[in-house]
Amino acid sequence: MKRKNYFTFVVTLVLCLALLAGCADKPSKPTDTAPIKLGGIGPLTGGAAVYGIAVANGAKIAVDEINALGGIQFELNFQDDEHDAEKSVNAYNVLKDWGMQILVGTVTTDPCIAVAAESYKDRIFTLTPSASSPEVVKGKDNTFQMCFSDPYQGIVSAQYIQEKKLGSKIAIIYNNADAYSTGIYEKFVSEAEARNLEVVSTTTFTNDTASDFSVQLSEAQNAGADLVFLPIYYEPSSLILAQAKAMNYAPKFFGVDGMDGILEMENFDTTLAEGVMLLTPFAADAQDERTASFVKKYKELHNDVPNQFAADGYDVVYAIYEALKDKDVTAETPASELCTQLIEIFTNDKFVFSGLTGDNMVWSKNGEVAKPPKGMFIENGVYVGMD
Amino acid sequence: MRRLRMRSSIDNCLTYGLVIVAYVVIRLLLAGGNISYALQGQLVPITVYIVMAVSLNLTVGVLGELSLGHAGFMSIGAFSGAITATLLELLADTTSTTWIRLGFSMPWLRLSLAMLIGGIFAGIFGFLVGVPVLRLHGDYLAIVTLAFGEIIKNVMSILYVGYDANGIRVSMDSANALKLDEGGTIIVNGPMGVIGITKLSSFTAGFILILITLIIVLNLINSRAGRAIKAVRDDKIATESVGISVWRYRMMAFVISATLAGAAGALYALNYSSVVARKFDFNTSILVLVFVVLGGMGNIRGSIIAATVLTVLPEVLRAFNEYRMLTYAVILIVVMLVRNNATLQHVFRQVGARLSKSLPIRRKGGEV
Repeated sequence: MKRKNYFTFVVTLVLCLALLAGCADKPSKPTDTAPIKLGGIGPLTGGAAVYGIAVANGAKIAVDEINALGGIQFELNFQDDEHDAEKSVNAYNVLKDWGMQILVGTVTTDPCIAVAAESYKDRIFTLTPSASSPEVVKGKDNTFQMCFSDPYQGIVSAQYIQEKKLGSKIAIIYNNADAYSTGIYEKFVSEAEARNLEVVSTTTFTNDTASDFSVQLSEAQNAGADLVFLPIYYEPSSLILAQAKAMNYAPKFFGVDGMDGILEMENFDTTLAEGVMLLTPFAADAQDERTASFVKKYKELHNDVPNQFAADGYDVVYAIYEALKDKDVTAETPASELCTQLIEIFTNDKFVFSGLTGDNMVWSKNGEVAKPPKGMFIENGVYVGMD
Repeated sequence: MRRLRMRSSIDNCLTYGLVIVAYVVIRLLLAGGNISYALQGQLVPITVYIVMAVSLNLTVGVLGELSLGHAGFMSIGAFSGAITATLLELLADTTSTTWIRLGFSMPWLRLSLAMLIGGIFAGIFGFLVGVPVLRLHGDYLAIVTLAFGEIIKNVMSILYVGYDANGIRVSMDSANALKLDEGGTIIVNGPMGVIGITKLSSFTAGFILILITLIIVLNLINSRAGRAIKAVRDDKIATESVGISVWRYRMMAFVISATLAGAAGALYALNYSSVVARKFDFNTSILVLVFVVLGGMGNIRGSIIAATVLTVLPEVLRAFNEYRMLTYAVILIVVMLVRNNATLQHVFRQVGARLSKSLPIRRKGGEV
């Protein structure tokens, strides 16, 4: 390549990229009423991208459905934060420049703590689909959660295990470098103690050591555990199931909502998950009409089975829609006014929302959601209700 | 010699001038309300990364040793600084002594103390790491600092610190193991990091930290000790032969570098309401190293400019959506090529010459 061509080549490359980037933004349909601007933040790239992309896709489907109904119109602008608090606050400020009126997000917990502090200061209503730590909503009247809080899951899991007499000797394997996992673990242990459940083995791992669980499993086996509690995500869980099978250790396995997604994992032998119990707010093969139609749409658009994060994203948009549909709000309503109105509606006892991730949800004053968990177990490769 | 000193002091004045002018311009723009929220939110991170880059430049550019664990020192500074600020605030709320209450309710005092403590802690760790490590050199130092950064990340993500009427409690096990009284506060919650931080950092504080950093680093470089440090870089054996303690000067540069990174870490932590250990991983160390390499080894002004541009760039590239990572990488490669490639520099010079052809330029020897 000649010298000058080299320079031209680089410039052309950059310009081509600019052109491609332009294509990604589809021009929005012209509508009669100006849409209300929903901002979304979550990891679309990096290690946690699977959660952010699911929420963004789910929320997008909800926005399209609502806009097709007529009435209130929404416009969604979803920004990437790479699961990093600094990037998340940057994304938040970009959305503020854009004129965001309501925030859908953020998807992951510690970026959400940082962003919620900003949105609290700016008076922008925030409804997070999946940031589950109580720290997210603590002390902020404008921030609400769509998912269970971590401690709640720990307590409910212990309750389930004791009331249904699922096991007498319990082993726990959790990720002690993960806020979600430790949050559930801590409450589970104190609740188990209060309910006289015997915890015989507690072992940990971190994201860097999540490739071999033989040590943890043999400790559980040696301690004679007949139930292994896994407050972790589905990727390490799948490995634990496979390794337990290989060492002929067959206790009951009990997971939480992070376990959801295990059946859709690529190259996962679903017979391994046979009999696994989990608490999850959403099951993609539930028979009700709304879930079925959402799953069908999601599969058509994204060629993938939606997980609970997609359902959470979908529900967040619908909850905001339900709250605002009879109200006199427009694209000109300032964010702070919308914030005050929405806080009033969400903390009102009369506001009950039913979505894909639960029926009859109500929100407490501190922003946590109350909805019944669904106990499931896996039979022949599908979820079956436990009750 | 005098001319050399003259040239370096002009160079230093340019660096100070650049920082001060940039600060004044941004202050004026802020006052006029002409800056987007996106840029406003980045002002403090930019100042933090500038301090990080300048301090790393001391190790990499001036001392000539590759450190891949600079984010580890930032992490220590961030955690100790954030803990200090939170404790001081709790103290101010609960104490009955008037002067403590009044003193520590002033945010700038808490911020300065937090940065000071963050810097001191990072400096202590810099010393401890330096004792064995600085006897190594070259690739060995790079590998040990890399390991140090990872160790810090893992230790910080299982650290639990709480505060109640009995004082401070620390655990490496779980939050339950702190056994706090009713009304006790958890300050550091393991993988959740430091929570409930009151935001204290401001652009002005960042600007002052940059000035302090520049005063320390530039004066060090142009001092007797600085010349000894550069001598160690250029020829270790020759330096030892004239009776300069290599270990001592390496330690000096390394500890100062760590201390400044710690202060920057504290400023960073106090700019957000939470900070997690995961943030200060290998990638952050490399990011800061990229600032230094792109800005030029040993070139302090270059570090400042590179840190600013490369912090703002990813946000500017948001318009490219999913292609922004690719674009960012392409720009990095292009800048590297342009900086180090004679043919490309020639091309740019030609383009520049063509652009300025319209202007009458007097060339030596006249037109050909």
